[in-house]
Amino acid sequence: MTSELDIFVGNTTLIDEDVYRLWLDGYSVGDAVALRVRSGILEQTGATAAVLQSDTMDHYRTFHMLERLLHAPPKLLHQLIYQIPPSRQALLIERYYAFDEAFVREVLGKKLSKGTKKDLDDISTKTGITLKSCRRQFDNFKRVFKVVEEMRGSLVDNIQQHFLLSDRLARDYAAIVFFANNRFETGKKKLQYLSFGDFAFCAELMIQNWTLGAVDSQVDDMDMDLDKEFLQDLKELKVLVADKDLLDLHKSLVCTALRGKLGVFSEMEANFKNLSRGLVNVATKLTHNKDVRDLFVDLVEKFVEPCRSDHWPLSDVRLFLNQYSASVHSLDGFR
Amino acid sequence: MPGKLKVKIVAGRHLPVMDRASDLTDAFVEVKFGNTTFKTDVYPKSLNPQWNSEWFKFEVDDEDLQDEPLQITVLDHDTYSANDAIGKVYIDIDPLLYSEAATVISGWFPIYDTIHGIRGEINVVVKVDLFNDLNRFRQSSCGVKFFCTTSIPKCYRAVIIHGFVEELVVNEDPEYQWIDRIRTPRASNEARQRLISLMSGELQRKIGLKVLEMRGNAVVGYLQCFDLEGESGLVVRAIGTACTLDKLSSPAAFLPACNSPSKEMKEIPFNEDPNPNTHSSGPSTPLKNQTYSFSPSKSYSRQSSSSDTDLSLTPKTGMGSGSAGKEGGPFKALLRQQTQSALEQREFPFFTLTAFPPGFLVHVGGVVSARSVKLLDRIHNPDEPETRDAWWAEIRQEIKSHAKALGCHAVVGYSESTSICEEVCILSASGTAAVLNPRFLQDGTVEGCLEQRLEENLPAGCGFCHIPYDELNMPFPAHLTYCYNCRKQKVPDVLFTTIDLPTDATVIGKGCLIQARLCRLKKKAQAEANATAISNLLPFMEYEVHTQLMNKLKLKGMNALFGLRIQITVGENMLMGLASATGVYLAALPTPGGIQIAGKTPNDGSYEQHISHMQKKINDTIAKNKELYEINPPEISEEIIGSPIPEPRQRSRLLRSQSESSDEVTELDLSHGKKDAFVLEIDDTDAMEDVHSLLTDVPPPSGFYSCNTEIMPGINNWTSEIQMFTSVRVIRLSSLNLTNQALNKNFNDLCENLLKSLYFKLRSMIPCCLCHVNFTVSLPEDELIQVTVTAVAITFDKNQALQTTKAHVEKSLQRASTDNEELLQFPLELCSDSLPSHPFPPAKEHLESASSNSGIPAAQRAVTVEKTSPMGEGNFRNRSAAPCANSTVGVVKMTPLSFIPGAKITKYLGIINMFFIRETTSLREEGGVSGFLHAFIAEVFAMVRAHVAALGGNAVVSYIMKQCVFMENPNKNQAQCLINVSGDAVVFARESELEVVSTQQPAANCQPACTGGEVTT
Repeated sequence: MTSELDIFVGNTTLIDEDVYRLWLDGYSVGDAVALRVRSGILEQTGATAAVLQSDTMDHYRTFHMLERLLHAPPKLLHQLIYQIPPSRQALLIERYYAFDEAFVREVLGKKLSKGTKKDLDDISTKTGITLKSCRRQFDNFKRVFKVVEEMRGSLVDNIQQHFLLSDRLARDYAAIVFFANNRFETGKKKLQYLSFGDFAFCAELMIQNWTLGAVDSQVDDMDMDLDKEFLQDLKELKVLVADKDLLDLHKSLVCTALRGKLGVFSEMEANFKNLSRGLVNVATKLTHNKDVRDLFVDLVEKFVEPCRSDHWPLSDVRLFLNQYSASVHSLDGFR
Repeated sequence: MPGKLKVKIVAGRHLPVMDRASDLTDAFVEVKFGNTTFKTDVYPKSLNPQWNSEWFKFEVDDEDLQDEPLQITVLDHDTYSANDAIGKVYIDIDPLLYSEAATVISGWFPIYDTIHGIRGEINVVVKVDLFNDLNRFRQSSCGVKFFCTTSIPKCYRAVIIHGFVEELVVNEDPEYQWIDRIRTPRASNEARQRLISLMSGELQRKIGLKVLEMRGNAVVGYLQCFDLEGESGLVVRAIGTACTLDKLSSPAAFLPACNSPSKEMKEIPFNEDPNPNTHSSGPSTPLKNQTYSFSPSKSYSRQSSSSDTDLSLTPKTGMGSGSAGKEGGPFKALLRQQTQSALEQREFPFFTLTAFPPGFLVHVGGVVSARSVKLLDRIHNPDEPETRDAWWAEIRQEIKSHAKALGCHAVVGYSESTSICEEVCILSASGTAAVLNPRFLQDGTVEGCLEQRLEENLPAGCGFCHIPYDELNMPFPAHLTYCYNCRKQKVPDVLFTTIDLPTDATVIGKGCLIQARLCRLKKKAQAEANATAISNLLPFMEYEVHTQLMNKLKLKGMNALFGLRIQITVGENMLMGLASATGVYLAALPTPGGIQIAGKTPNDGSYEQHISHMQKKINDTIAKNKELYEINPPEISEEIIGSPIPEPRQRSRLLRSQSESSDEVTELDLSHGKKDAFVLEIDDTDAMEDVHSLLTDVPPPSGFYSCNTEIMPGINNWTSEIQMFTSVRVIRLSSLNLTNQALNKNFNDLCENLLKSLYFKLRSMIPCCLCHVNFTVSLPEDELIQVTVTAVAITFDKNQALQTTKAHVEKSLQRASTDNEELLQFPLELCSDSLPSHPFPPAKEHLESASSNSGIPAAQRAVTVEKTSPMGEGNFRNRSAAPCANSTVGVVKMTPLSFIPGAKITKYLGIINMFFIRETTSLREEGGVSGFLHAFIAEVFAMVRAHVAALGGNAVVSYIMKQCVFMENPNKNQAQCLINVSGDAVVFARESELEVVSTQQPAANCQPACTGGEVTT
């Protein structure tokens, strides 16, 4: 006796959150059944393995059919085929677009192209995330990227509108899209200690302050590309390190302001020139695409690592940087 | 020229890409009705075209209006080659033809293609202007309402229940016409869909004509079926119960209820009839203020319709036979006489209803069924389908005579079905023999003293159990005792019926689903030989199914079955029998005895031990079940599980017969002893297997109950969460040389596993009850068994459900009586029959408190009710804002039940009867057979919902999937499926909403009931 066909169709589509998670995680039906068995569900419900198998298959089939709609979430809301309560719809969408930290760190800043997609099996082996799940996450990134790529208006708003994601998730996607568009290098060994959240934080600030949208809210691509003019203007910072007098003045301003407030004052004082040179060099090189990509590598090499080797506490770094940029305003030519 | 049909094509959305080059579509729409076709302009390069067409007007006969569906085809314009069809929408405009139903059909319809499934949606508005030309009601029957619901629809009351109507039409099946060899599968499917749609329209119109002739205005319990006879044609047949219904919204309907003001104050009107209807017939009542349509019984007789059965051969004898009237005194005789005359002239005193107005059902005799095996031949002249008619007439005649043998003059809960395999066809009919109260059958003036006597003589809750037949001249052996409730009349030891549990029945504990499952191998044979083989097998199957039911009933410690449905399915090399029913413990019937096992070889020690082990297991199971279903009858019966009686087996109230063997009924054996213990004799391994299989049925997990009737006895506090579902399983039997036993086991496992899966899937709804569980078995191929289940899961409140049955009965009575009060208080309120709401605040207080509680203006509430109707964009936008669970916005509920828990049906919008074919030539790509069927069923649900929403409704009640024919050819990567569904589209309102509306607008011009109709946006 073999089961040829086995289906269950509800007037309200049944969604099992646990099975959905397993499906999203890319487990095969067999693996999913095994995992469910391990969760003790059989004992709780008195069901048999066959029942579990059939149930899992059924949910997988439903998810598979829903997947097409999940690719364009507004469609899920307007379609008539599956009657799903709004809260469940939101859950389906949110979970489908959720991603793994480990995965996103691997592809953050990479071009979302076929080439990268080919590397997914390596990522899968490395992160322990199933290839299927990697593909879904990668395709999500790419899909969102494609849709909002040439759109006007705020990046986060666009993503939210077209993919109906929660505010938080939409912000994360904005960061991913922004990084992918600017191809920031995040994969170097030196950068491994940084989490996606760290980068997303940077992305948000950069979108707010460095992009076209920061200047003019009615341009295509406004939140995606860095403002070229702004980058050009950064070149002028060179004078901060090139002009010896200015450098000294800047240093003395910063040191006066921070004396007694910094635990690592002497180290800072000793290193000021190096640090300032590093920061300014990073900034002035940003007109070259290559250097834009290496922004984070450079920042870590030129600024973060020296600080770290001197054991700067975070609060001191913050104080220093605030003072460093504030003091510039009282220098000639920056007023 | 009595009608103008107006159609407007508004827009489309989510269309498929038809032009690969541009990734867009140049869509236009053809609107066809009858032979007239209109076209919209082409809306170029868009997947969301806005046609906003003019009104297309069709001037048509109302006959066509009833028969023809409106056909809307969406196409992609192609300059160089033929235009490609995207898909079609068929709209049945019947609901627009009677005044009280929908006034407009407007909404988004899925565009359906038989090869690709749903491809986008189209927004259409349809209206009908009917010119009321009364003289023209010759061929058309506009105005007759149809209901699938097998009880008097809520918000109506029955003035007269006229009786049985039937009709069938036949045609050639387009799939088997020569032209099918040269046309595409799509064209063939569409021809079939269209033909069936036409035929159902025609059938409905003809039935309507019969109803008009009987002076009725509605058909209740309308059941339409298709017989795909293959080569020999396509039969569409329908049965139903003609009624004269009165809408309860009219104030006049309540006036009779005002007769005795004292009743309003009564707290526990135990003996009172719980329905407002019956007040109208109370003894002191001034009779009827309304004018009843008078329907003389003569008018039922014959008529000139084309397909009528010719029954001139059958002499029209009076129904109640002489033997029947012996006991029961003059009253019974009088009653009998009355009823008799009412039913006498009726060709078939059959009723497709399964639930009745209080007082309608007097006695129940038991299940009557008849089957007949026929060889299909080509229907030569479709206009004269007399063979099919004659077949059914034959069967009905047999049913009638069975009922007579049980001392009954009527059959209720009547249904018919077929099973076809190649050229063999089994026709089956079954129902419950019953004695009815003539009051509803005639013009309503016969009450008077009879009425009073009747109520005196029939104590609440047990009257229907009393035997209708003559004790001394019993049609079959049964063990009679005095009714455990009233102690006055005789009752049988078990009762099998096809109807729902009467609302006033006193039940102890809860009920449960009981199934008997059986397979029998048969040799493959041709034509005559095959039919004979089947005929020979049938009686054995019936017998065994019945024995199994009886055993399982005993095992559950129960004594009555309701909603019994026995389905016999014929396949190439086997017959399958599946009986489903809901077992209950009726307080009026005696406590069932246990089951005794008797061995044949008493000297074998180990064998003996084995037997006693089994016996112990059985006893344990019975005890466990009693606990599980809370069966603890108030008094311990004097009849304790008795000593083994060496009687082989017992049969009781199931009368059955094959085509020629109706006589067999009377020769039932068994002189029953005084103890009603039940003996199972284990004389061979077969019997052993039987006993084992008895014990393998696992009870549902805790928190779950199941039944195949409308509601579960013993559970009364339903919450509003419902989930209707369809589940289909097909298994392939492993080997060719199967034994009956192996086959039985496979089938049993299939059903049990299916149930287990359902329990597992719906575990989040616990505590919950699966209601109206409907199993259908078919044998699509040699080694394939297909089981289709449709049911609804309803959650209930555990705390209140624990109340005793007595409280339940009490409560329902109270509830009903409060309804009356409320209705009195707000006579203009709504079209309503019973407001199952607050148990007992005096009506006035209730009014005040409710109005002070809610600051929401009534108008606003009314608006929210309205919003429920069109399932259009508006609703979906609202969706995100609305709280999910209890929001009715945009959601269309579907249920096989006739009601929606926690809500009140305010309006019936018309019948939904849809037929779809889906075919694929890329089965693997669509996810195999499971993927294909899963998607198709989901699409069918979607299309039903869309139609209901377009009618302005928010639910389908009495939903049924009548057919699901699935064929596959995996080698060719092909599959095809046909699905036929029906139900009643309704508007419902949550009770909470209703209360607000009603209390805020207590007086004039409050018509929230019309919301559905008013919705045009």
